Amino acid sequence: MNQTLEKSIFEYSRPGRVAAAQLPPPVGGRAAAEGIGTAVPEALRRRKAPLLPEVSELDAVRHFTRLSQLNFSIDTNFYPLGSCTMKYNPKACNQYAMLPEFLARHPRAPESQGQGFLECMFELQEMLKEVTGMSAVSLSPMAGAHGEFAGVAMIRAYHRARGDLARNEIIVPEAAHGTNPATATMCGCIVKEIPVDAEGDVDLAALQRAVGPNTAGIMLTNPSTLGVFERKIGEVARIVHGAGGLLYYDGANLNAILGKVRPGDMGFDVIHMNLHKTFSTPHGGGGPGAGAVGVAARLEPFLPVPLVARGEGGYRWLAEAERPQSIGRLSAFMGNAGVLLRAYIYMRMLGREGMSRVGEFATLNANYLQARLRAAGYELAYPTRRASHEFIVTMKKQARELDVTAMDIAKRLLDHGFHAPTTYFPLLVPECLLIEPTETESKETLDAFVEAMTAILDEAQSNAAKLKGAPYTMPVRRLDDVRAAKQLELTWKPPQAATMAG
Amino acid sequence: MSQIPADLKYAKSHEWTRLLPDGTVEIGITDHAQAALGDLVFVDVPEVGRTLAAGEGCAVVESVKAASDVYAPIAGTVVASNTALGSAPELVNQDCYGQGWMLRLRPESPTALDALLDAGSYGAQLAASGG
Repeated sequence: MNQTLEKSIFEYSRPGRVAAAQLPPPVGGRAAAEGIGTAVPEALRRRKAPLLPEVSELDAVRHFTRLSQLNFSIDTNFYPLGSCTMKYNPKACNQYAMLPEFLARHPRAPESQGQGFLECMFELQEMLKEVTGMSAVSLSPMAGAHGEFAGVAMIRAYHRARGDLARNEIIVPEAAHGTNPATATMCGCIVKEIPVDAEGDVDLAALQRAVGPNTAGIMLTNPSTLGVFERKIGEVARIVHGAGGLLYYDGANLNAILGKVRPGDMGFDVIHMNLHKTFSTPHGGGGPGAGAVGVAARLEPFLPVPLVARGEGGYRWLAEAERPQSIGRLSAFMGNAGVLLRAYIYMRMLGREGMSRVGEFATLNANYLQARLRAAGYELAYPTRRASHEFIVTMKKQARELDVTAMDIAKRLLDHGFHAPTTYFPLLVPECLLIEPTETESKETLDAFVEAMTAILDEAQSNAAKLKGAPYTMPVRRLDDVRAAKQLELTWKPPQAATMAG
Repeated sequence: MSQIPADLKYAKSHEWTRLLPDGTVEIGITDHAQAALGDLVFVDVPEVGRTLAAGEGCAVVESVKAASDVYAPIAGTVVASNTALGSAPELVNQDCYGQGWMLRLRPESPTALDALLDAGSYGAQLAASGG
């Protein structure tokens, strides 16, 4: 790879260098004749030209092309970033979501002029209901955490509507995603954390002690962030429902069970789905996301609006008038329409059979990689458990004996052409790497990753200092994490502007 | 091997306590905790006058790896907090039992510290968890 870092575009700037063909008509010429620019009162017009880079069109094209080539992306490299489901995004999804009829549709266009789009959204709602086992779905939340917020807001609205005002506690197992307690707090709930046992299952005795008349619900990810399936889910549901609480399913790890097990059948009342993970829309800095929510029948009135309904006259929006108990709107219109279209197309391409193949191969790939890395000498965090779609190795022993950390391994992997797995998450496992290969990688890619990991483990023994200096082939070497966190300098200022300002 | 001074008492959640001559109790996080967190970039200490229950979150530490709550090992009222950590969180990494102290409490009960671990028991807990 061995690239150099690209300069900022301001450093290419030369006074007076312009791309004439791209200029808007000059103010005072045709624009003045047409009245453009005269509507702004004199007092509000700027006196000085803004500090914009002055470059030729070719300079601009080369600069941004080079920047794009520095990207480490799923289209260029294996990206086993645990918990993020960095699967390949099929180009067909992009292609069809970019049809001019979709792109040009105005969100305020009358329903009669957007029947095709509305039909896609209606069918997406229906497919998500079917694949998750929930009664109804709303597509409006625009990210996973946004979906979580919608979910807990619905749980609160449900208890409130029944006059059960004391229920303000949300139980969160310590293996949960960090966003879960944050969401509960944002919704005005009190978080009660419960432990998991040595094999990664929820501690049922602790759960039994935690539930009571104040329990609003529990937030769970299944499979959990520990990369294992929660085997006592039926019992968890029985205890929480018995105490009058509801079950919230964090859909972050839905890929593992897609087409195999449905959250609705496990007893969950509310779920959010990360369409950008499970249903393969671009994410990871490339966003935006989509955090559709699904509910059991008793929570249906509280779903965020708008929803799409099918009637005799075709497809139409359901908004506040039709859904008076809704928790309201979470986005200006109806979520990230372009992302929802991509998810719809992906699901249509997969079909019912394809859904279960996603779950099967996501799990098969993770278990293959887990078995091979274990054989190569990596220590598994949960050695007695089968992996779900991801698994954890711990570098605890190497950290103690060789002073080689999970971060050193992660950085060295970049030199081998692989994106690093998730590091230091979940917090429960010291010096951990959370590895999620996804279903879209071939055996050859997985084998090449194992080869790199084996070479790195050898290097930890033979030349730890080399590991600690990695990466060597990236545009930037080892970053100073502490300085990056404490001294945020995110804007570039031209040197002369600093002196001119004085 | 992490340092565990013999004259302090410890909580299972990796906080240390020191009984000061005026009867107040100084609190910080242990050497094991600071090493596990890695380089700290942010420390949030409680306001003076706040009343804390035993086990309640009383400070927040954020490192390049993780953010974590610090829990009050005993109940009491905050009489001082180490505001120097706001601009110099690295003091916790450099000197966790000294300049890296986080808060001082006036304990609700004079015997509260008796329930905490001594250095030997805390060390045994670390050894048992492989730390």
